[in-house]
Amino acid sequence: MKKLVFALLLALMPMTGFAAGGNEPHLDEMVPDLSNKASLQNGMKLFTNYCMGCHSLQYQRYSRAAEDLDIPADLVEEKLIFSDDLAFNDQMRNAMQEGDAVSWFGAAPPDLTLEARLRGTDWIYTYLRSFYKDPERPLGVNNTVFPLVGMPNALEPLQGVQEMVCAETDRPVPGHEPDPLTGKYQSCEVLKVTQAGMLEPAAFDRAVYDLTNFLAYVGEPSKLQAQALGPKVLIFIFIFGVIAYLLKREYWRDIH
Amino acid sequence: MGNPNRAKAERGIMRWIDDRFPATQMWEEHLAKYYAPKNFNFWYFFGSLALLVLVNQILTGVWLTMSYNPSAEGAFASVEYIMRDVEFGWLIRYMHSTGATAFFVVIYLHMFRALLYGSYKAPRELVWIFGMAIYLALMAEAFMGYLLPWGQMSYWGAQVIISLFSAIPVVGADLTQWIRGDFLVSGITLNRFFALHVVALPIVILGLVVLHILALHEVGSNNPDGIDIKAKKDENGKPLDGIPFHPYYTVKDLVGVAVFLFVFCVVVFYFPEGGGYFLERPNFEPSDPLKTPNHIAPVWYFTPFYAMLRAVTFSVFGLDSKFLGVMVMGSAIAILFVLPWLDRSPVLSMRYKGWLSRIMLALFVISFMVLGAIGVLPSTPTRTLVAQICTVLYFAFFLLMPIYTRLETTKPVPERVTG
Repeated sequence: MKKLVFALLLALMPMTGFAAGGNEPHLDEMVPDLSNKASLQNGMKLFTNYCMGCHSLQYQRYSRAAEDLDIPADLVEEKLIFSDDLAFNDQMRNAMQEGDAVSWFGAAPPDLTLEARLRGTDWIYTYLRSFYKDPERPLGVNNTVFPLVGMPNALEPLQGVQEMVCAETDRPVPGHEPDPLTGKYQSCEVLKVTQAGMLEPAAFDRAVYDLTNFLAYVGEPSKLQAQALGPKVLIFIFIFGVIAYLLKREYWRDIH
Repeated sequence: MGNPNRAKAERGIMRWIDDRFPATQMWEEHLAKYYAPKNFNFWYFFGSLALLVLVNQILTGVWLTMSYNPSAEGAFASVEYIMRDVEFGWLIRYMHSTGATAFFVVIYLHMFRALLYGSYKAPRELVWIFGMAIYLALMAEAFMGYLLPWGQMSYWGAQVIISLFSAIPVVGADLTQWIRGDFLVSGITLNRFFALHVVALPIVILGLVVLHILALHEVGSNNPDGIDIKAKKDENGKPLDGIPFHPYYTVKDLVGVAVFLFVFCVVVFYFPEGGGYFLERPNFEPSDPLKTPNHIAPVWYFTPFYAMLRAVTFSVFGLDSKFLGVMVMGSAIAILFVLPWLDRSPVLSMRYKGWLSRIMLALFVISFMVLGAIGVLPSTPTRTLVAQICTVLYFAFFLLMPIYTRLETTKPVPERVTG
């Protein structure tokens, strides 16, 4: 019987490969690190300064973030809460009216509390670094991950102006073979900073990492609690299991 | 302990209760003197585990209900409120959502055990039928529960499944409107699904579980050899191969519970989304009737039937493919109910059945799993073809059963259980 089950599992193995493929844009990998408090704190700073004018975090409380990210309450009230209407225990809402937002951008900027769970951190990390200059768009920018995006490049002061140019790239280009010597690809869809911003490209990537990391935290703050509680529960169940097994063996001693 | 006065007092209290309620009698009939075969193996853990998961679902469900808001305006936000502001709300919610998956895992393994050892055959036909009714109620329960978070996949999944009823000729359109209570899935649908999920169906399921266990204890448990242990009894009338359920199987099941809980808690604490299969990504966006997700897939435990529905791409005798698909899907579940009368084998267990039965069971399990995998994915012509083949195999297992179970030569069944 075990052989049968094993054979069934083997037969199913090729199925797992089915999901790949399609015309999805290439996404850079971003693995969140909720233990990196400095990164999360920087991410919260960036979010409140660059994103929150338009995007709220309607389910995330300032106080919860302060507690989880080890930011002193007075610092949060002084540096991260910009409205007199919001208190330390309030959720991270903003002042933008939906009607105004629709007339300015065509659609209201979505709430981002669960964005990392909806789209994934790879998507956010790549998307925020994929804006490029496009004079034909109403806001002057387009995005390779989200074509015809209705959002301006809010991080432009940090990143600088990025343009789409012809160049060599490490990223695989669909339908193209890599150069056999360098292993790089030729593409006319390479994004390159043409006017420097406040941060060097590498530092900007780190800033976007921190911002994405913060959104990963905001999507599921309970993950910190789960990581703290999980091992204790598992150890308890393990010990319980050992005792249960010994008890079973003792009872079953006389069954042949 | 050791105090004769106290023991006497306890006996007195028990006698007082027993004169008014059959407490001792029930305890003995169902646990202490319920004789179960001594050769239960791995596959026999899943009945008690299903009971454990049922208790988990009811307890966590009660606590979720305390903070959930069953309205189109407040449902989505109240789930996030539970996840963030309710003490241990995240744990309760993940235990409930993971519990739904766990329920179907243990139920599918429990059903496979029945197929493997012929536990559906006489005299256990009613045990099987009550079990199938539980499975059916559980599917309704899970489907309605999935609407409650009121995310995009909740909404559109419900939209797709409810609209299946519109394929029924003549009454279809009115029927779907009656189910939804509205012209589209709305807050009204959410409210009635909440009532059914939280009150009506749990009562039905609990009642059916009682019937399932009563029917089982009336005829006695089957075993991996598929032989009747009551045929050989000792001088006191106890089955020679039977042991009292309590304490032997209560302590053994406790080990199964520990192993199950370990795996369950690993998922709850570290992989509650199950890679997007237990909690689907689009469900982290509030439902929007004006925005259809690119790809709508039901949760994994429904996907085999969903794949069968999509596998019917042709019309026959003027009946359109959607209606035929619904019929195929309905028949796939309905046919399980008549299984006890399709099996004509003289033996119960796969151990003594012939090769034909074994091959058919293997093909059945493979086709069910392949259908499950295809049901998750967007359809392509190749996948549709594979789904069609698997659907045929699924039905062949049942429809050909009266033939192959009679044709094959079976092995001799031993007199006593073999372990």
